[in-house]
Amino acid sequence: MSKAIVATASLAGCFGCHMSILDIDDRILKLIELVEFNKSPIDDIKTFTKQCDVGIIEGGCCNSENVEVLKQFRKNCKILISLGECAIMGGLPAMRNGIPVKECLEEAYLGGPTVGLNSEKIIPNDDELPMILDKVYPLHEIVKIDYYLPGCPPRADLIWNAVVALLTGDTMNLPYELVKFD
Amino acid sequence: MAQKVTIEPVTRVEGHGKVTIHLDDNMNVVQTRLHVVEFRGFERFVQGRPYWEAPVLVQRLCGICPVSHHLAAAKALDVIVGAGTGHGLTPTGEKMRRLMHYGQIFQSHALHFFHLCSPDFLLGYDADPAIRNVVGVAIKFPELATQGVLMRKYGQEIIAVTAGKKIHGTGAIPGGINKNLSIAERDALLNGPAPLNIDKMIEWADAALQLFKDYYMKNRDFVDNFAYFPSNHLSLVRKDGALDLYHGVMRAVDAEGNKILNDVDYQEYYNYIEEEVRSWSYMKFPYIKHLGKEKGWYRVGPLARLNTADFIPTPMAQKEFEIYKAHTNGKPNNYCLHTHWARLIELLHSAEVIRDLLRDPDLQKDDIVTKGTKKFEGVGLIEAPRGTLFHHYKINENDQITMANLIVSTTNNNEPMNQSVNFVAKKMMNGQATITEPMKNAVEIAIRAYDPCLSCATHALGKMPLDIKLYNAKGDVLDHYRS
Ligand code: SF4
Repeated sequence: MSKAIVATASLAGCFGCHMSILDIDDRILKLIELVEFNKSPIDDIKTFTKQCDVGIIEGGCCNSENVEVLKQFRKNCKILISLGECAIMGGLPAMRNGIPVKECLEEAYLGGPTVGLNSEKIIPNDDELPMILDKVYPLHEIVKIDYYLPGCPPRADLIWNAVVALLTGDTMNLPYELVKFD
Repeated sequence: MAQKVTIEPVTRVEGHGKVTIHLDDNMNVVQTRLHVVEFRGFERFVQGRPYWEAPVLVQRLCGICPVSHHLAAAKALDVIVGAGTGHGLTPTGEKMRRLMHYGQIFQSHALHFFHLCSPDFLLGYDADPAIRNVVGVAIKFPELATQGVLMRKYGQEIIAVTAGKKIHGTGAIPGGINKNLSIAERDALLNGPAPLNIDKMIEWADAALQLFKDYYMKNRDFVDNFAYFPSNHLSLVRKDGALDLYHGVMRAVDAEGNKILNDVDYQEYYNYIEEEVRSWSYMKFPYIKHLGKEKGWYRVGPLARLNTADFIPTPMAQKEFEIYKAHTNGKPNNYCLHTHWARLIELLHSAEVIRDLLRDPDLQKDDIVTKGTKKFEGVGLIEAPRGTLFHHYKINENDQITMANLIVSTTNNNEPMNQSVNFVAKKMMNGQATITEPMKNAVEIAIRAYDPCLSCATHALGKMPLDIKLYNAKGDVLDHYRS
């Protein structure tokens, strides 16, 4: 059997979901036998070099760049998985959704006890900075998502069992205790 | 006609960062910037939440070292619930948190060494990038790769039994901790089947350190000459000057070793630290207030900690500390790449601390929470793997958070990272109209020495992706490279 090609990305997440992938511990060596990684922070490939079988994405979309990357993933991956609460419903970053972006920026750069000398009232705004979206969006509101793995982060065993089942076509073994919604 | 180069390392936590380098008409570097391009708005959206949510909320800014955020927030809340700081907690409360924290340092430093740093020096900085990653290491040095994986696992297991789960746990609560360590949990960590026991971990940590020292001896010129620059250094130290990653007083020294912050109480950190906002980055630029923006910036992290501390309170690490200090004649070490050396001494130290804590019967006691008179403001500082982390909260009568201020480790290193990039750019980009391979590597190595969340994250198993743009004086892109 030829190896499945997998790509991963972290958008507006905390990278905890990727860390949870690492928590499969020594099974990572088995994973490398099962799959070939393409665009992913897990290896060195930064742009898609071929069509992928599976794309795994952590984090929702909080700026224009996130949206761009997500669309690229949809285009280049047959199956797309939302990994973790941020991807599925925005997660912690989406707590800003009820608040105007301007207020968030002002609190961070003009408020607070340590920005005392910001007398010119500078708020970051530069061509090099991508546009902040009005809200943090879950992935499925922007592109079609095929599977959802819940948890913050999803437990390593959950990720392992689900991904192995998907790749081998075996039935998925997800005992109740493994599926968490924290 | 001036030029501009952009280098884009994909990031997490602080977001996606990139570097721009501007050249003047004579192709000399006139300005470099490390932009951090992601914004969260945490300071605002946490307002109105009940204070006890902070330790579980805030850690979700960073899945790389969530324990540090979890504990820094809990320490600030200790003050708010009237439990005070440091020894205000019961011995069980404080020691369980210490165990959690040193477990985190251990796994994070091990991850950094094996996954990020070892590919460069085991396979060579100039090795083909396609194999210069942890997979390459796994193929060529399978034993070492397995050690890396298992050391991380061991640290994560410590976090699991102290915090409840490996990532984003719930163990620390205002005034203490929500469980003690059972005898079964203790014995598994202390005497578990090899290699997952503490003796093996100490042995492997020591071996990793010796491996780095061997490499260093053979590549001294490269390591010493790469981005050396003098700076101030800041960290917590224990009251007696010992290295302490969980609690202490704020100390800063200048490049010569003179104390510029002399063991001050961090509850009033805002009297000593201020932050500058620059329009081109979401990450602020902290500096020591009385020294001002130009002279007051400082480094944090392993290098800084071994510059501020007088000694290390565990025997094996202390011996290594003496060797390390002798190298700079007892003066502060300002060699960027020696951060790796310092980090490995801390790795060994944290393994020793974990052993001592596991043997401490206080961890099985039942007195786990301290209560006191409520206050409306609290500050918590901790030495995260990457350096000093500040949390500061105010609450109202309804127990809602009204103000939150966070200065994370990577933010503290913002100016130093900018300086490092500037240093290598000046050294390697002057007179260049295109982005050269050595330049890309150099920028990457310079940033990576700080192990900033922004690279650490994306590097988890590989190396930092780069996006470099070269601009001229008119702002046109001359060259663009995306790895
Ligand atoms: S779901 Fe949780 S662990 Fe995953 S990125 Fe979001 S906050 Fe981090």
